[in-house]
Amino acid sequence: MAEFTVFDLLDLDIKERSHLRLRCVAGRSGLSRAITTSKISRPGLPLSGFFEEFSAQAVQIFGRGEQTYIRMLEETDQMGNVEQFFSYPIPACIFTDHGEPSKQIIELAESSSVPLLVSDLPSGDFSRILYQSLDEIFSPTQTIHGVLVEVYGIGVLIIGDSGVGKSETALELMERGHRIISDDTVRLRNVSDTFLIGTGENPALAHHMEIRGLGIINLANLYGVGAIRDRKQIQLVIQLEDWDATKEYDRVGTEMTTSYLGISIPLVILPVKPGRNIPIIIETAARNERLKKLGYFSAKEFDQNVKKWLESESARKIYYDAEEDF
Amino acid sequence: MVQRELVVTTRAGIHTRPAATIVNVANRFESDLFFERGTIKINGKSIMGIITLGATYQTSLTMICEGKDEEELADAIEALFLNRFEE
Repeated sequence: MAEFTVFDLLDLDIKERSHLRLRCVAGRSGLSRAITTSKISRPGLPLSGFFEEFSAQAVQIFGRGEQTYIRMLEETDQMGNVEQFFSYPIPACIFTDHGEPSKQIIELAESSSVPLLVSDLPSGDFSRILYQSLDEIFSPTQTIHGVLVEVYGIGVLIIGDSGVGKSETALELMERGHRIISDDTVRLRNVSDTFLIGTGENPALAHHMEIRGLGIINLANLYGVGAIRDRKQIQLVIQLEDWDATKEYDRVGTEMTTSYLGISIPLVILPVKPGRNIPIIIETAARNERLKKLGYFSAKEFDQNVKKWLESESARKIYYDAEEDF
Repeated sequence: MVQRELVVTTRAGIHTRPAATIVNVANRFESDLFFERGTIKINGKSIMGIITLGATYQTSLTMICEGKDEEELADAIEALFLNRFEE
């Protein structure tokens, strides 16, 4: 990924979550410093003089405790540790809880070009939001060729060769009231090794689609704001491929999976041929996936019913056969 | 597989029209075409994909061609970059 700097942190737009509410009070020349880890450091130990295992490359958070402690150090004129602290290549120091750094700290930050940021959030809330955001930023990503749509609340990734009809399928799904996240390029992100989140590669270009013969169209304008989404967890992968008469396709609904960034996702391979209504099959697949999540597995249930029926039939047969003997 | 480094030499970068030119040329060949920039790898036969690269003046891209006519495809795309996308 591209470098993530302190400036990006100030600029961070966290949707659907409260804002970090950061502002810079000193050390502006260091705003271009890169943040290279999702770790967060509470520098209590280094401030008291213990610098072993000090994670200097992490963002340093000064909560109330640290702030009170350095105020005490300042009053008793024992700033040695603080000076040593600022000699490390720290990406940024953040004072939470309405903390206001003293003049001496501001001077230290200025002279060592360490950005000094202030937030009015309590340190607990602040750390939680910052940790989640950094975790997301530093999570492994992959860009793939495909279309991501949300069908009945299920994130469906449609993949397949160019020209197989992914975009047309997505258009038909939108026409039926489903939402599109991205056409053509989808950026996948592994979040905590559990979720696979898909977004458009570039927010400026997302929600546009290229249709052969029409050119580039703006989906948000054409279908309205209700037809688009920015991100969605991927829960089902549909692979479209040209109908191959020699290939055996799944007929009973055995479970197949595929894997992206180490996360396994259910896979459905759909053969495409003229006249086959792919969108309605995808809708059905999404409904089926929802059922599975609720613990109801159509194919298995059906198989069990068939077995039960056969058993009862054979029991009945034995019973009647036995009766004839009398 | 053929892999080559290409540099964008047009001031305007790869906007919609050059992207369409690349896709049109690429579609004459059977082989697959990919472009890589940093962590982004996109399908070179898709206009939206190529625009997504955000390739501005002097951007360096890695071109990857795979298939039967990969050499011919690579030569054709490289020629496009050298000819400044026929502008």
